[in-house]
Amino acid sequence: MIRIALKMLFGDRAKYLMLISGITFSTLLMTQGMSLFCGLMTWTFSTVRNVRVPIWVADPEVEQCNDNKPMRDTDTTRVRSVDGVAWAVPLFQNLSMASLPDGTSKMITLIGLDNNTLIGAPDKIIAGRLEDLRMPNTVILDDFGVQRLSADRKHPIGVGDVFEINDHEARIVAICETHRSFTGGPYVFTTYDRAIQYAPNQRKMLSFVLVSPQAGVSAEELVARIKAQTGLAAFTHNAFAWSTIMWYMRNTGIPINVGTIVIIGFIIGAAVSGQTFYSFVLENTRHFAALRAMGASSGELCAMLLAQAVMVGFIGYGTGLGLVSLLGSGLLKLGKVPFLLLWQTTAIVGLAVMVIVGISAALGIARIVRLEPAIVFR
Amino acid sequence: MSNEGIRIQAVDKSFGRGEARTVVLKQTTFSAATGRLTMLVGPSGCGKTTLLSIIAGTLLADGGEIEVLGERLDRMKSNAVAKFRARNLGFIFQQFNLIPTLTALENVSVPLVIQGHPHHYAETKAREALDWVDLADHAQFRPTKMSGGQMQRVAIARALVHDPRVILCDEPTSSLDSENGLQVMALLRKAAEQRDRLVLVVTHDSRTYGFADRMAEMEDGRILRVLETQEEIRAHHPLGE
Repeated sequence: MIRIALKMLFGDRAKYLMLISGITFSTLLMTQGMSLFCGLMTWTFSTVRNVRVPIWVADPEVEQCNDNKPMRDTDTTRVRSVDGVAWAVPLFQNLSMASLPDGTSKMITLIGLDNNTLIGAPDKIIAGRLEDLRMPNTVILDDFGVQRLSADRKHPIGVGDVFEINDHEARIVAICETHRSFTGGPYVFTTYDRAIQYAPNQRKMLSFVLVSPQAGVSAEELVARIKAQTGLAAFTHNAFAWSTIMWYMRNTGIPINVGTIVIIGFIIGAAVSGQTFYSFVLENTRHFAALRAMGASSGELCAMLLAQAVMVGFIGYGTGLGLVSLLGSGLLKLGKVPFLLLWQTTAIVGLAVMVIVGISAALGIARIVRLEPAIVFR
Repeated sequence: MSNEGIRIQAVDKSFGRGEARTVVLKQTTFSAATGRLTMLVGPSGCGKTTLLSIIAGTLLADGGEIEVLGERLDRMKSNAVAKFRARNLGFIFQQFNLIPTLTALENVSVPLVIQGHPHHYAETKAREALDWVDLADHAQFRPTKMSGGQMQRVAIARALVHDPRVILCDEPTSSLDSENGLQVMALLRKAAEQRDRLVLVVTHDSRTYGFADRMAEMEDGRILRVLETQEEIRAHHPLGE
């Protein structure tokens, strides 16, 4: 019977293509929206991903890694004094303006690393040397910064080139790879002291204290001790990332916008598929009634409808995911865009498609269950 | 068992409620035997199709006894009736009711697939049935590529493929021209004679009356008269010749 059901489905090409299109478009919209959302959310904690340390200490009011409420320099020493701290170093972060020789300016995310250890330096240097950062007026620029600062230049900006940060010379000694920041400014790494010179002077300049626990002390345990003994905010790497994501979820319209796209995708899928499938069932009512008259049970007819709906869902979902993957890989090749396709996203969208398919099948089944086989004689 | 394949005793059927209630069958009593082609005739709206639906078990009667091949359908649950239909009844409909997206071969194999037979067995038997109605060369044609006569012959093959004892036909010739109509009736007559089948044909197509072994005339929900021999039929319906 299932074979007959599928032949009935595939034979009605117009309806079949319409059903597949509905599910495909719905899958595309939902997956694309959720992947953009996940990509965008990973951008929000790029600083945490780029700096890669076990524990972040910040002002008690700080909830996310792009928030900058400066602390006193002496807070680094206070953190070092907490039992279980292997090392604690200062980190500076702010948004500054980079001025190019042609007079144009671009926003950058300036990161000041500990002068001695350079802890938090980027791990992927694609040109130049990290050690050269100890030379005067030097910075490391990320690959996105090369794109941004090379606009309208004959040759891309690179190692040896010079620009200005707040009227101070900044000579590029290396190019690195980073995760792109949510604010859109490329990352520029320098030493802590030089970053303080570049940045507008304030009474307090320390953005974060980066900490590692001693062997045998867990990051969570040390976070609790730092909070208790210093009164500062402290986060493990993962907790800071999640705290940042949750802050953006609570304080921006991103979840609502993306949620709207996902809901629209679901509604379009459910409406198009439900209506088309119901119309398919209506058109085939006489044939279903004839099958019933010839001895097919209600259960068998329902199984036929389910098989048709599941097949449409399976093909539409697969096609939609394929298109999203192509689109996503195309977007990623074009440049850095917030696109992250997680297996969880495919599972959630798969569930949503199952619900759509279930709704469509239920509409048809409701019709078939009430079907009077005697209509074939009318 | 006697050769009385269908026995309907004092069956009532009405549709609607209150003032809209229409009584279609009134204490209708009817019987038909195997090995014969019985026609149920009468004017439109007299209750022929309703009676056929009740005999087929696709419509519930309000009261009365319905016995087909010795089984009381009125006492069976709907799933048991469906299984009974699948095993023992073949159907031929006015509008053919072939599934347009299946080939003739696939359409004919449907009753066997419903019974749970494997596809290769169903298709082998379907080829034999198509050969019987002289459409073996049209096995891979879809109904949309066939004439009305060919479609009805495919429907006959479908009705016979599982070798049922009873064939129920609802106006099998009304959508066909005279030549195709007579060809279809000849096949139905052959089906009745060859395997001791009961063929019950509901019709008001007087061109086909000559094929009947027995004829029941209906009017206003009752069997008015039963003509038991071809001579009686010819006497009352000379056009049937």
